[in-house]
Amino acid sequence: MDAAARRRWHGKLPGAVSRLPMWPRLRTPERLPVRLHRNRIYILPTRAGLGFGVLLVAMLLGALNYQNNAALLLTCLLGTTLAASMLIAWRDLQGLTLQAVHADHAFCGERMTLHLAFEDDGRARRGLRIAVDERQQACPLQPGATQATINVPADRRGWRALPRMCLSSSLPFGLFRAWGWITPDLRVLVYPRVGEDGAPPSRNDDPRERLPGGDEFAGLRDYRQGDALRHVAWKASARRGDLLVREFDRAAPGSPLRFDWFALPGVPREPRISRLTGWVCDAYAAAHPWILVLEDGRTFGPAMDAAHYHRCLAALAELP
Amino acid sequence: MDGGFVGTAQEAIALDARSFDLLCLTVACVLATHAPHLPPWFALALILILLARWLQRRRQRGRIPAWMRLAMLVAVPAVVVAAYGTPFGKQPGAAIVCGLLVLKLLESERVRDACMAIGFACFILMSALLFTQSLGMTLAVALVLLPALATLRTLQPGLPDDRLLPAFSPGAVLLASALPAALLAFLFVPRLATPLWGAPGAGTARTGITDRMAPGDLANLLIDDSVAMRIGFDGTPPAPELRYFRGMVLWHFDGRAWLPGAAADRDAPPEAIASRGSGIGYDVTLLPTQRRWLFALDVPVAAPAGALLGPYRTLTASRPVTQTLHYHAYSVSSYRLAPALDSRERAAALQLPSGFDPRARALAGRWRAQAGDDYAAIVSDALRLFRSGGFAYNLAAPPLGRDSIDDFLFGTKQGFCEHYAGAFTFLMRAAGIPARVVVGYHGGYWNGYADYLLIRQSDAHAWSEVWLPGRGWVRVDPTSAVRRVLLAGVGADATDVDEDGGWLLRWRDRLDVVNRWWDQGVIGFDALRQSRLFQPLGLPRAGWGVLGAGLAVIVLLALGVGALVVSLRPRQTPRDPLAAAQRRVQQRLARAGVERAAGEGPRDYYARAAGILPAAAEALHALGAEYLALRYAFREPPPERVRAFAQQARNFRPRRVVK
Repeated sequence: MDAAARRRWHGKLPGAVSRLPMWPRLRTPERLPVRLHRNRIYILPTRAGLGFGVLLVAMLLGALNYQNNAALLLTCLLGTTLAASMLIAWRDLQGLTLQAVHADHAFCGERMTLHLAFEDDGRARRGLRIAVDERQQACPLQPGATQATINVPADRRGWRALPRMCLSSSLPFGLFRAWGWITPDLRVLVYPRVGEDGAPPSRNDDPRERLPGGDEFAGLRDYRQGDALRHVAWKASARRGDLLVREFDRAAPGSPLRFDWFALPGVPREPRISRLTGWVCDAYAAAHPWILVLEDGRTFGPAMDAAHYHRCLAALAELP
Repeated sequence: MDGGFVGTAQEAIALDARSFDLLCLTVACVLATHAPHLPPWFALALILILLARWLQRRRQRGRIPAWMRLAMLVAVPAVVVAAYGTPFGKQPGAAIVCGLLVLKLLESERVRDACMAIGFACFILMSALLFTQSLGMTLAVALVLLPALATLRTLQPGLPDDRLLPAFSPGAVLLASALPAALLAFLFVPRLATPLWGAPGAGTARTGITDRMAPGDLANLLIDDSVAMRIGFDGTPPAPELRYFRGMVLWHFDGRAWLPGAAADRDAPPEAIASRGSGIGYDVTLLPTQRRWLFALDVPVAAPAGALLGPYRTLTASRPVTQTLHYHAYSVSSYRLAPALDSRERAAALQLPSGFDPRARALAGRWRAQAGDDYAAIVSDALRLFRSGGFAYNLAAPPLGRDSIDDFLFGTKQGFCEHYAGAFTFLMRAAGIPARVVVGYHGGYWNGYADYLLIRQSDAHAWSEVWLPGRGWVRVDPTSAVRRVLLAGVGADATDVDEDGGWLLRWRDRLDVVNRWWDQGVIGFDALRQSRLFQPLGLPRAGWGVLGAGLAVIVLLALGVGALVVSLRPRQTPRDPLAAAQRRVQQRLARAGVERAAGEGPRDYYARAAGILPAAAEALHALGAEYLALRYAFREPPPERVRAFAQQARNFRPRRVVK
């Protein structure tokens, strides 16, 4: 459905329905674990369901008019069957319990991957769909496989509250949609936007100690959670069918690079943070030690390991 | 996402192969239910188009080009109009919608298309029942709902793999579990007393007995095996030779055909009857005839509700029988009908067209001259002629010329009930005996499983009535005389069940019992019977209000019960007494003001509680240590220690902290 049609449709929604998410209970973040109790599951027919409803009424009128009891019986059967399917959609959600959320690191402007761990109560939730900001993702759960992975937009740096999630199911026939909202009381850290532009980082005296270029990498290794997507060797990964990450030569650490807040006079605040972030990423990718100096005088490094990398990015993300 | 109405991008997703296969299967099944009344070439063409589309999409996804679809959109109605001459009516309509359904398949590429196609298919599926409401067809239509629902299921996520079978299970389970509610709804949906539009049943071919009887007219009927009516008797059924079911009386002979004529006014009172002995009541389930005549055992005493007893003791319904009709009638088998004949009726009962059949008239004249006024002797003369005059019973009787009676009596000497009844009545009239033809059914098949008489169209029959002074109208069946003589060895006259008639016969009997139940209980459930639904409960007549309220109650009850059943979950693990005791302690502590924080371990919790509630500190330390020991030190904690812990937990009553 395109945006205009959606707006038109929304205009026709009963006021109560469109106002539902405004109810305080639905807005207030809740501590994990969050259980989708039956009294917070809503259910309405989908457009296909409304269409079927019209068809059923037509069949009913036809059967009654022609005094055709066989058709009437089957119309009743189809009607009750479709109505009963509403309960299946509802059951697909009922009692669903979100136990933990794990967020992968994400830079501002990218999409953040969230791993939602649901309680394994021995039931399959085959029709589960999770929607954050209009984008729906099917996440069927099985006993023994109750993790769902979704992407949410990360559009501002810093500690962000998790967005409200809409868990829905249209099982089994797509004629009714049951849904419930979950707003976990969790915050995730979004790293600043990576500045693509900008001058090369301020460097030490020796011009030979530049960041090595992209073609001087030492080799490839398997992807590990936390690796920046920008370091993935896509072509090689595609060939192997598995994610590979470029590893750069750490054999000859030169003198640390110095990324100084104050070395960028005149650059506005956010672009400045972005540029520093970009440098940190580049240096980490090149396995070159670096020092980060922030406006409040905090200094990180020199170092070049993952902990240092994440400490720097977190500090940049948390800047006021 | 703000509401359930909101369509999703899901609908624009391309249809996967499994969904498309199931969609094709559904459409093929729908076409199959309509195939019996479509022209064979048309059905075949649709199936071929369907097959071609299926093969095309297996090779490569994509719609059929628009010009091709447009051409077919024009072609389908054009072909139907060419075949039927009109696009209106039941059969042309069915042909057009079947064609459109296949066309819809040609452009079905996305989930939304499939959803619409399934809805359309369900609608067309139901319309197949407008042609026949038999139990078999209804079951077939119900079965086709399975692939339709399976197709809808494949449009949703979460199906394990590419196999087809798992897609069927939700639909099958739901259909089965929704059946009781559907039956209740069927009982309660208020029926329309008069149709909102159209004339139900118009345009269907009329089968069954007609009110015109000419030699050869019934031949097609006599080989028609379809059920005409079923009759259950209140007591012992009448003897086979008395099973004559009176339909209508024909008075007028025009030289070739017998027609109703009009000896008396339509609303004249029924002929007087003096019955001897007691009669018998019986229930008739008459399948639609599109005509107004009803059939009653010879002869009915009173008219059932909604019907009229005509002047010649025949029954007429107030409206054409377009639906399966039930009525209860009462008849006597031993009677004296119309002991006195008025002059008008006598004239009508002696009417003969002039200038026809001179030889038959001459023969009847000779009989009359010999026997004088002994009418019974003349009747015997005529029957003797049929019995020993070289006559044969033959459904494929040779055609007759202008003087049809002469040709039959002195020429072909072959025929069936029409020939014999017509010729006999003619001879009687020519001999001066008032006579008339009665058309109806005779015989039938006694089904011993459910004790009812099954009358097929092939049991249609014609016989004569002659008026004898002092005895009134007396039934004479010249055909039976012929058949008994000529076909007794073949057993064609046997009307009762052959007790060891073979397994096939027994199964046919059982099947017909089911069909009877279906015709009586389901198809014949009309507004009248619905209004009497609550009579056993003391409600005289159920109107729309009662029915609507009942329906609403049922819907709510069904939903409630369904929700209960669905939300009942089996207890996942056997009860853990240790956890229960621990929960008890936690609840009491919470009441005392020390709530366990999320993520707080039991050790920390007990320690914190002990700090806040110094009075209970000692007990808390003991409880905490014991709980930790029981929970973590054993793989299987000794039950007596768990019981002791539970006892301690019960005894533990912390006092509320004063704030």
